[in-house]
Amino acid sequence: MAVDTLLERITDYANRPDPYPLYAELREAGVARQTDGSYLVGGYYDIVALFHNPRLSSDRRNRAGTYSGLPADEEEPRPFIRLDDPEHRRLRSLATRPFGPPHSPGRIDAMRDEITRITDELIESLQGRTRVDVVDDFAYPLPVSVICRLLGVPREDEPTFREWSNAIIDSGDIRPGEDLGTSQRAGNQARAQMGRYLVDLAEQRRGRPGDDMLSAFVNDPDPSGGLTREELAATAVLLLVAGHETTVNLITNGVLTLLRHPDQLARLRHEPDLLPGAVEELLRYEPPVHLLERIPLTHVDVAGTTIPKGVPVLLVLASGNRDPKRFRDPDRFDPTRRDNQHLGFGSGIHICYGAPLARVEAQIALVALLPHLTTATLVEDPPPYRNSAVLRGPRHLPIELAPSPQTR
Amino acid sequence: MPGPGDLREGPIVIVGASLAGLRAAEALRERGFTGSLAVVGDEPHPPYDRPPLSKQVLLGMSAADTTGLPMRRDPDADWRLGVRATGLDPVGRQVLLADGESLPYDRLLIATGTRARPWPRPEQAALDGVFTLRTRDDAGCLAERLAAGPRRVLVIGAGFTGSEIASACRERGIEVTVAERGTAPLVGALGGTLARFAAGLQRAHGVDLRCGVTVTALCGNDGGRFTGADLSDGSHIDADVCVIAMGAVRNVEWLADSGLAAGPHGVACDAGCRAFDMYGIVTDDVFVAGDVSRFPHPLFDYQMLSLEHWGNAVAQAEVAAHNMISSGPPRRPHLAVPVFWSSQFGVNIKSVGVPTYSDQVVIAQGSLSERRLVAVYGYRGRITAAVTVNMAKWLEYYQGLIEAAAPFPPAPGAADGHPLVTEFALPSDVPDPRGLSHGPTVALTGHLPDRRLTVVRAAG
Repeated sequence: MAVDTLLERITDYANRPDPYPLYAELREAGVARQTDGSYLVGGYYDIVALFHNPRLSSDRRNRAGTYSGLPADEEEPRPFIRLDDPEHRRLRSLATRPFGPPHSPGRIDAMRDEITRITDELIESLQGRTRVDVVDDFAYPLPVSVICRLLGVPREDEPTFREWSNAIIDSGDIRPGEDLGTSQRAGNQARAQMGRYLVDLAEQRRGRPGDDMLSAFVNDPDPSGGLTREELAATAVLLLVAGHETTVNLITNGVLTLLRHPDQLARLRHEPDLLPGAVEELLRYEPPVHLLERIPLTHVDVAGTTIPKGVPVLLVLASGNRDPKRFRDPDRFDPTRRDNQHLGFGSGIHICYGAPLARVEAQIALVALLPHLTTATLVEDPPPYRNSAVLRGPRHLPIELAPSPQTR
Repeated sequence: MPGPGDLREGPIVIVGASLAGLRAAEALRERGFTGSLAVVGDEPHPPYDRPPLSKQVLLGMSAADTTGLPMRRDPDADWRLGVRATGLDPVGRQVLLADGESLPYDRLLIATGTRARPWPRPEQAALDGVFTLRTRDDAGCLAERLAAGPRRVLVIGAGFTGSEIASACRERGIEVTVAERGTAPLVGALGGTLARFAAGLQRAHGVDLRCGVTVTALCGNDGGRFTGADLSDGSHIDADVCVIAMGAVRNVEWLADSGLAAGPHGVACDAGCRAFDMYGIVTDDVFVAGDVSRFPHPLFDYQMLSLEHWGNAVAQAEVAAHNMISSGPPRRPHLAVPVFWSSQFGVNIKSVGVPTYSDQVVIAQGSLSERRLVAVYGYRGRITAAVTVNMAKWLEYYQGLIEAAAPFPPAPGAADGHPLVTEFALPSDVPDPRGLSHGPTVALTGHLPDRRLTVVRAAG
C-alpha cells in the first residue's frame, strides 16, 4: 500500500474548519498507512469492528518500540480510558458507582434543575448584549460549572485548572512528524498537579461527605477497598478534563451548525421535542471527538490490510459518522434522522462514560439558546478553531444578537 | 397471483397478538400497506413484553400489567383480543375463530407463539400453589404468591425461565429448590461445559439444585393446596409454591387440518417466512414469524431452526411483513444471527449464534472464577456461537466472526490481561434434546452436530 500523508493533512491546522473532504478521501482508501507508520481507518463498519475487537488495546504501553514515545514509567498513573481489562473494568466500575446505574441511577437526572439554573444564569448574563462569544460566554462556562458541581470542585478554582487542562489536552493531540516529548512531559506534569489538587480536595471530605463524586470516591464502602490515592488522582483528572473539554465542543458545534442551517433552527424552535434527536445528529454530524487511537496486540486484518502488532491505528470517528455505506445522505444535517447509531461517543467497552451527562447538558443548553439564535448571525464563518485535531471545535464563536433577544 | 399493486391492499389477518404480531402489524403500515388488517389474540390484553415477567415482575419491581409493548405507530388494526383462532381454511382463505366468526384474508401471518408446557397430570397441576410462567396473568399471580413469603418454592426445570425464577426467589430471600432432569441448569441452551458454571452460580446463591432427577408427583393436602413433591431419587421436597418451567409448546393445534407443515417443532417456512404445506411446497399467501416458526438458516447448514428469542420475533416479523407486501426479487430473507440474553443471580448472560450447534467450546476472554467470560463455540473448526457472562460489550466482535465463518478456535491475544486458553478447547457437551424435560431454547431439526447423522425425532 502506498504511504499516505492524509494524517498530516488532517492534523494541519489549515484544514481544521473542514476536514470532511479528507475523511471522504480516507473512506475511499479504506485503510491508509501514514508516513509516520500509523494507520488511519475511516469506514463506519471497520471502526465499529475494531472497537469491538478484543485484540486492540487502549494501553499505549503496547506500542511497538519505534512508536512508544515517552518511557512507560513517565506516564503513570493511567486513567481507565488508557487501560485494558481487567484494570479498566475495575477502575471504570468504581468510577461508575457514584455516577450511574445500578448504584446511582438518579444522579444525572437529579442534576437537571441545577444545569437549567446554571444555564439560565449564563443566558441572563447575555441580556442586552449584541455581541457574544458563544465559547467564552456560554459553551465553556456551562460544562465547567456542571462538572465542578458534580465532582465537588470549587468553581472559583477554574482558572487554576484551566492551564492544567489545556496542557493535558495538548499532550493528547496527534501531530505527526513533531517531537511529542515536550508536550507529553508538560501534560504529565499538569496531570500530576491536577491529580494532587483533586486528591487534596477529596481528602478534605473523608468522613465528611457532601453529595459530590469526590466525596463518594473517598467514602466508598466498597469491600474491595475502592480507589487508591493514585487511582483517585487519575480518575478525577480524567473526569474533570473529559467532563468539560468535550461538552464545550458539542454545544459550540451545535450552535454553529444551527446557525448554518436556519431552516432547521426555526423548526427546532417550534418543535422542541425534536431536540434529543437533534443532539444525536450533532454527535454524528459534528462530533467533539474526531480521532481515537488503538494498538493491535497481534496482527489485525482490516478491510484487506494487515496492521502489524504494536503499530498505532487511528479510528477516525468523524469519518465513520459520514460514511454513506451506513448513513443515508450523510453530509446532510437532519435533526429528524432515525437509525442514527453514530460514533460520537465511541463504542465497545470504552464507550463514553459521561455520555448521559453530555446529552442532558447539550439538550438543556440548546433549548435555552434557541430563542436567541433565531435572530443571531455569525460574525465569522468559519470561526477560529482550537488547535486540537482530536478534540475539534471552535476556539471562539462570535455571533451578533438582535438588540432585544428576549422578544419572541 | 396478485400483482404488486394489489399487495398493498388487504385484507391481511395476523393470528397472534404478541411481540411478533404487533411488530408485523406496525411494519406492514410502515411499508405502505393500506388495506384492512385484523389481529387475533387469545389473551384479552393488548400486546405486552415477556422478558420482564420472570425478572422485574417477580422481584416486585414492576406490576405485571405494566409491561405493555410500546407501539411505534398505530397499526390501525381491527384487534380481536380474547378470542382464539380455531382453524384455517387455506382454500377458502378464512381464519376460523372460537366465537364462530371467520375472517377472510388475502394474506395471513401466523404468529401464535408458544405456551408453557403444562404439568402432565391435570389433577396435580390444579393444586393451589402450582404455577406456570408464560403470560402476564401467570406472572401477576406468581408474583403475588412470592410476595406473601412462601417458605420454599420448587422450580421444575432449569432452563432460562426456571433459572430466572429461582434467581428472583433468592433475591427475595425465599428458599428455593430447582429440579432439573438434565445434568445442569441451562444445559439445553449452552451445553454441558457452561452449564457446570451455571450450576456453580446457582449453588453459590443458595439454590438447592437437584440435577439428574425428575419430579414424579406433586402432592397436595386435603384442601387442595400444594405441599410438596416426590422426586425420582426417592426424596421429597416440602414447598408451598411450585413453578412448572419445563419449556414451551408451540401453538400449532389450530392448524391441524390446514394442510400446512405444522408440528411440535412449529410451522416450517422458507427463508422468506412463507409457510410450507405438508408436501413441502411453499405457499404464497401464508407467512410465519416468531416462536412458532421454524426456518432454514445458512449459517447452520440450512437446518430448520426454532428460536424462542425476543430479537428473532422482531426481526422475523419485519421480514415477513416486508415480504407479504412485496413480490419477486424485492423479497428479503430472514438471516438474522440468533441473539438472546438472560439476567440471573447477578450476572448478565448474552448469546449470539447457536451454542448447541457446536462440538467444542473455549473460554476466549475472562475466566470462570471471575464470573466474567466469553465462551466461544465451534463446530468442525469454525465459530458458530459465543456466550458472554458480564462481558456483553464484546459480543458484536464474535457475531462478526460467526457471520464470517471464522476458524475455531479464535486466535489468541485478547486485551484483557488473561492468557488465552484456546489450545484447550473442550467438548461443548451438547445434550440430546430428547433427554431434557424442558426444550432447549433453540431447536435444530435433523441431527445434533456432535452426533453427526443422528436423526432427532420430535418428542411426544
